[in-house]
Amino acid sequence: MATVDDLKFAEFGDSANLLPVPGDDTTVTIEDPGQKPPASRGLPRGAGREEDEELLGNSDSDKTEQLLAGQKKSSPFWTFEYYQTFFDVDTYQVFDRIKGSMLPIPGRNFVRLYIRSNPDLYGPFWICATLVFAIAISGNFSNFLIHLGDKTFHYVPEFRKVSIAATAIYAYAWLVPLGLWGFLLWRNSKVMSIVSYSFLEIVCVYGYSLFVYIPTAILWIIPQKAVRWVLVMVALGLSGSVLVMTFWPAVRDDNRRVAVATIVTIVLLHTLLSVGCLAYFFDAPELDYAPTLSPAPPLKQATTMVKAI
Amino acid sequence: MAEADERTFLGLSDVSISEDIPVEGEITVPMSSHSQDDDYSTLDEPVKETIIRDLKAVGKKFVHVMYPKKSNALLRDWDLWGPLVLCVSLALMLQGGSVDSKEDGGPQFAEVFVIVWFGAVVITLNSKLLGGTISFFQSLCVLGYCVLPLTVGMLVCRLVLLASMGPINFLIRFIVVIAMFAWSTLASTAFLADSQPPNRKALAVYPIFLFYFVISWMILTFTPH
Repeated sequence: MATVDDLKFAEFGDSANLLPVPGDDTTVTIEDPGQKPPASRGLPRGAGREEDEELLGNSDSDKTEQLLAGQKKSSPFWTFEYYQTFFDVDTYQVFDRIKGSMLPIPGRNFVRLYIRSNPDLYGPFWICATLVFAIAISGNFSNFLIHLGDKTFHYVPEFRKVSIAATAIYAYAWLVPLGLWGFLLWRNSKVMSIVSYSFLEIVCVYGYSLFVYIPTAILWIIPQKAVRWVLVMVALGLSGSVLVMTFWPAVRDDNRRVAVATIVTIVLLHTLLSVGCLAYFFDAPELDYAPTLSPAPPLKQATTMVKAI
Repeated sequence: MAEADERTFLGLSDVSISEDIPVEGEITVPMSSHSQDDDYSTLDEPVKETIIRDLKAVGKKFVHVMYPKKSNALLRDWDLWGPLVLCVSLALMLQGGSVDSKEDGGPQFAEVFVIVWFGAVVITLNSKLLGGTISFFQSLCVLGYCVLPLTVGMLVCRLVLLASMGPINFLIRFIVVIAMFAWSTLASTAFLADSQPPNRKALAVYPIFLFYFVISWMILTFTPH
């Protein structure tokens, strides 16, 4: 009877299927829970999505953001659900954001393209945590390698440096966005056409822009000054340009000098962080001697034997 | 009406029981199926029994960690005794042995303690914020118990360090620590990964990986005086 079919609830399948963009990934992962999420091998898929958004144009994305901005964060701030809205990202989204932070393409704004009014705190927090440990461990290991042939050097794990690294990196990743947000808000009140990002979006940009320093810190183990400085330049270039391209549209309508000063300050603080980390955690390789064990005189041998006990 | 009620009420008074039949017996109240924590029946037992029961529970969980199968024992009956014992023994073993160590750069007892517990709390919060269905203390319990392979690895490293130092010594310790790190991570993901939403599993597993990696690094870089 036709009425039975009419009354029967029509299955729409997975609701995520209705959305064109992230639909494919979700269905695949639900069917095969044992598989790695497809975003990790889906680099061409990510590029395809960017092209879709390119075709959408900026006006559509702005409208979507206005609609989404009205729906998000409806719970009061003392409930757990309020904070869950900041972790509403899937694996492939995190990977896309990381990729976008490392490959600055002129004209593509990181916030508009990747965050799209869904800022998350997962990326900034865990990228900072990984960076803290990467810098501390790499610095320790690099010092160990540099002083390998030196019999008078007693290796210590230097656990203090983890706390110092944590303070420095988390302060940078949270206080600088706070200052920048306050500054943009103040300028917004003076010059109406300035786009001011929300605080969490700025935290997001800064957090993801720090990701490129993780492989850099690991490569800083190489005890060659030239290699280290080349790495600093490359990392600074990549993440700095992502930051510049994110904040330039926000300040370009302002007074010329103020806009340039803002951008210069952003880049300067970023440089300070990377150079400071390199200088503090990594000893300078003074002599480029190969780490071979030189034959030690007998007196030194006695002292090292005492030390090794 | 009252009379009718009275009559039905008095109906039993007609029944007389012969005095030859003894009326005795026990009245037992049928109890609903209870879990292990029904307090009133364990109040009178000797202390030794209580302690041994708890120790058995902890020991059973240790066995579950060493041979991680998908059983629910760790998850359902969580306790934090095992993690406490493991954390304290790991922190004690990571002490250099010299009291006034100004130049000892190794982690202090408090630092190890804070890293293990604060790290476990942060990972649990992270998995709950991502939409995981596991409860707070269950997750703490699993993460704490899965430190067991690394504690065993620390013990082995300390024993190996009693021999002479050298590259072979380091290589042995490196292999042992890597193996224990893999064991810990696999054990904890075996227990915790199912409670995550399927498209966020990697996001929830990565902090666990980082947590055990940091503990492994602390173990590997341990140098006695």
